[in-house]
Formats: sequence, structure tokens, C-alpha cells
Amino acid sequence: MQELKKKQNIFHYCKIEKNSVLLNDKLIISEDKSILFSEFSKILYQQIKLNYPKFFKMDDLSKLALITSEYLLTNYFKKTKKPNDISIILSNKSSSLNTDKEFQKTIDNKDNYFPSPSLFVYTLPNISIGEICIRHKFTGGNIFFISENFNSKLINEYASSIIKNRKNSIVLCGWVDFNKDDFKAFMYIASVNYFNKITTNYIDQLFK
Amino acid sequence: MKELKEELKNKIIEELNLGHLSVQDISDSDPLFKEGLGLDSIDALELIVMLDKDYGIKLNDPTKARKVFESIENLASYINKNRLR
Repeated sequence: MQELKKKQNIFHYCKIEKNSVLLNDKLIISEDKSILFSEFSKILYQQIKLNYPKFFKMDDLSKLALITSEYLLTNYFKKTKKPNDISIILSNKSSSLNTDKEFQKTIDNKDNYFPSPSLFVYTLPNISIGEICIRHKFTGGNIFFISENFNSKLINEYASSIIKNRKNSIVLCGWVDFNKDDFKAFMYIASVNYFNKITTNYIDQLFK
Repeated sequence: MKELKEELKNKIIEELNLGHLSVQDISDSDPLFKEGLGLDSIDALELIVMLDKDYGIKLNDPTKARKVFESIENLASYINKNRLR
């Protein structure tokens, strides 16, 4: 029990899936599973009192990434940290496929060919990282991996290398995936305190 | 003209994803960009596409676009004079 408490003090995570939000093992909100993400995301927007109109212009992947990061950063990111001292490593399985398909619809028909600029700008998954960086003026490094499954080992090694090489002292890590109305986000904050104390097995268990 | 202005406000809210606004929040003379509705360069491109798709108007002159996109009033007036559908 004490060991678990120790881990909770140095490891902060947020998981959003099946219309529920879990922040450090605590259920923050759980909505009816039949609600679509468009509705669910508005409920979360109000809950965290985001007040950021640009949110409504984002695609679903970016909305999911931004909200997940807000839960974490609002509660566990010290404002004294410099914006250039945080890197972001995210990953997913579906890339930006959801928005790619929406964009494709605007160019499918030669007689009704009107490519949508606002959809086009979201046809890359790393734009979701960009949205987080714009909101918080983060200027550290970032990378977005595409893989079939969440690869905690790869992400941890990458984060560890950033921190050990003194590039940045904080890395926001995780998974943010959106396909049709099926979505899952899992983010955690990696810092120098947590390496050697948190195993990838522990992270994988939380991810499940 | 009144109907066209209402139509444009609805289109702007829906197509530019301004979910936090309602038609009543937009006055005919509100600046669409910067301190007004706060639209950005991507929104400007989306408005150009909307003019082409919905009204058959191709807006190729950037200096003209600046004036046209100043407010709902200007946009409605320009569409009224130049629309092909």
C-alpha cells in the first residue's frame, strides 16, 4: 500500500476512454457510453473550465489530446517550469485517419471539388501535439509515433534519453487514438524523479 | 438581405466550428477577424471555399477579399451583387 502511494506521488497520469476520465486512479467523470465524442468533449470542456474558443475548431484527435493534457498539466505541471523545458512524446494506432477520411469526402467528387482548408490542417497526427504546445507556449522537442499497440518501452527510453541528456526535464508522454467514435487517451508526466522507480509493466497496467 | 445575413451567420458558425457562439452573438457590423469574431487565416480560406461552393463566386483578388470579409454586412452585400446561384 505504501509502495503504491509512493508511486502515486511521483507518477501522474490521465486516462480518457469509454466516456470516462481517470486521473491518478480517481474517476473524475463518467458519462453514458451512448453519448458521442462531440457531446462528451463539450462536457469535459465545461468541466475543466477551459475557456479556449480555438478548441471548437480542432479535429477530434486534437480535442482529445488537448483535454487529456489539460487534466494533467493543470493539476501537476508547476507553473514555475519554463515552457522550453517540456517535451512531448505521443503515439497512436490510427494516425489522423478519422480526419483524413473527412477531408477525402471534400475531394472525392470532381464535380463538387472543394478541399476544406480547416480539415486539411489536421491531416497529420502530430498537429495534436502542436495544439498543446500553442496553448501552453511549449517550445521543447516533440515526436509522434504510429504503432499498432502502445509501446511504453520505446516511449520511456526516448523520454529517459531526453531527460538524461539534459535536453528537457519534463516529458509529457502517452497515447491518443481516435477512430470513428472509438477513442482512447492515456498521458503521463515523465520527470527525473520517476525513472528507476516506475517500470514499464506498471505503466502498461495503467494503460489497459 | 436580412435572410441572407442570417444564412451567413449560421454557415459561419457551422462551417468554421464556432460552437461557442449563436447567431444572436454576431451583429451585422462585427469585424469577422481579429478583435471581432477572431477568425484566422484558415477561416479566410474556408470562407473563400464557401463563396465558391455555395454562391458560385470566385474571389481571387486579396485586396477585395479584405473588404468583403470585413463584416457580415459587407459579405452579404457582395454575395447579393455577385452570386451565380
